[in-house]
Amino acid sequence: MSGFFGSGPLDTGDLIGLRASGPPPVRKRDGRAALKSTAIAAVSSVVVFGLLVAVVVNSPNWADVQAQFLNSRWFDYSLPEIFGAFAVNVQLFCIAEVLILVLALFLAVLRSLPGPVFFPLRLMATVYADVFRAIPGLLLITLLGFGIPGLGIAGIPVDPFPYAVIALTLVYSAYVSEVYRAGIESIHPSQEAAARSLGLTRIQALRYVIIPQAVRRVIPPLLNDFIGLQKDTILVSYIGVVEAFRESSIITAAKFNYTPLMALALIFLVVTIPLARLTDWLVGRDRRRFLANAR
Amino acid sequence: MTGIAAPGAGGVPSAGVQPAVAGPDGADQIDLPALEISGVWKSFGALQVLRGIDLTVAEHEVVCLIGSSGCGKSTLLRCINLLEPIDGGRIAVKGEEITAPGVNVNLIRRRIGIVFQSFNLFPHMSVLHNVTLAPRKAAGKSRVRAEAEATELLDRFGLADKRNEFPDRLSGGQQQRVAIVRALAMAPDLLLLDEITSALDPELVAEVLNVIRELARGGMTMVIATHEMGFARDIANRVCFLDGGSILEQGPPAEIFSHPREARTQQFLERIIEAGRL
Repeated sequence: MSGFFGSGPLDTGDLIGLRASGPPPVRKRDGRAALKSTAIAAVSSVVVFGLLVAVVVNSPNWADVQAQFLNSRWFDYSLPEIFGAFAVNVQLFCIAEVLILVLALFLAVLRSLPGPVFFPLRLMATVYADVFRAIPGLLLITLLGFGIPGLGIAGIPVDPFPYAVIALTLVYSAYVSEVYRAGIESIHPSQEAAARSLGLTRIQALRYVIIPQAVRRVIPPLLNDFIGLQKDTILVSYIGVVEAFRESSIITAAKFNYTPLMALALIFLVVTIPLARLTDWLVGRDRRRFLANAR
Repeated sequence: MTGIAAPGAGGVPSAGVQPAVAGPDGADQIDLPALEISGVWKSFGALQVLRGIDLTVAEHEVVCLIGSSGCGKSTLLRCINLLEPIDGGRIAVKGEEITAPGVNVNLIRRRIGIVFQSFNLFPHMSVLHNVTLAPRKAAGKSRVRAEAEATELLDRFGLADKRNEFPDRLSGGQQQRVAIVRALAMAPDLLLLDEITSALDPELVAEVLNVIRELARGGMTMVIATHEMGFARDIANRVCFLDGGSILEQGPPAEIFSHPREARTQQFLERIIEAGRL
């Protein structure tokens, strides 16, 4: 504040000279305030994280833990292997994601159908969402992965991968359909009235007017669910899919060293953080737009 | 408005629910009113909004609905467009009952355009796309043809340079003109306008009203709910004063605005004059 007052005479001169030069002094003050808060944030971060590191590094068994978890030899050894196995996670994610987006949209549309005629469809979609949000993902993966092949039906795949895809799709489409539904319901009814008044059918109004707007609105929460799905792909290791987590566990068990798990954690960080940043940026952008429109 | 008396001829055989059912034979259609509303009731829960509305609108006639907020003007227009189902009565367009059970509402709505107070443009589509959506998807026109017709309409209403803009880049007046063009693109028999200038800044009202004037000159049949009394007096062939869900008084604008018979109409117009809107 004192800095602002200190530069008072100059500011007044600007103000007298030109009305348009009103903002600069304010910006200068803002700039200083921003610099100040950045400095405070930096110092406090260094102190806090420095303390944490100090505590961990000075713990009684730090040397053992470091050798067990942060061993550069096993890191170099396992990273390529795990990265190779991570391709299975990516594959699983990509296939399940496409299926989820389509199935969830279908479910959301079913739930938004009006009138008593569609009650059975709405009921089915509601029960689906309730059931598959209630069952823990790992449990469903296990039940499907061991149960379905166990039926012994001829021609049914024995490979666990398809069941992994199905289980993840069931769980996540239940969540994602709720996200879509929230988006559809957030579109003002006047949009549908406008579309219907022109002679479009209800389905056409949904397809051309409501869903395109709803999807745009729910992209940030959808990305959030994608992040969850990305991470949950390691759950399928439980039914024998050899993906990155399974691969790291195998190396860990063989070499009596946990470093491969740390390597996997690093891979997930590298893949997920950009997506998380993008999501936050989109949320922030929508918020700014909303505030700008509300003004 | 002597022209309105004509439907009486078609309606004489009052035993039948549908007067002059033989709509398709062209000769009769000339006499059929563009819009015929009889005994329409509508309530939302316990609130009775329309209490037995009777209104006949002739071809090329411009009817203005006036009355205080909540008197049922908007609801009546939404009922005519079948956006709201009616509880009782019937509505016919060119002699064809549109409120009969089992009619295809999508086909009916193509023939009846409506423009809303809040524009309701599709914000994710360009102006051109807004205008061509219904001709392409509801009327099944080819993209090329729909775009050519839309461009011609946009040009006619001074919006040709806005065809690729998105609605949020337009002023309120421009948005409302696009909404009118969007309704016109379906070549409706009848245009309903629901307080289309109420959401506009005062300096933008004129450009929208001028569009309506041009449509009236072109012979478009219109039912207009409005608070712009000067405009109503200027453009309407007939003014209907709605009060408590029914048409209390109707007649030529000169008569309604200068010599209202009903006490309620007088009160309403006095308040309007006080507010400087007439």
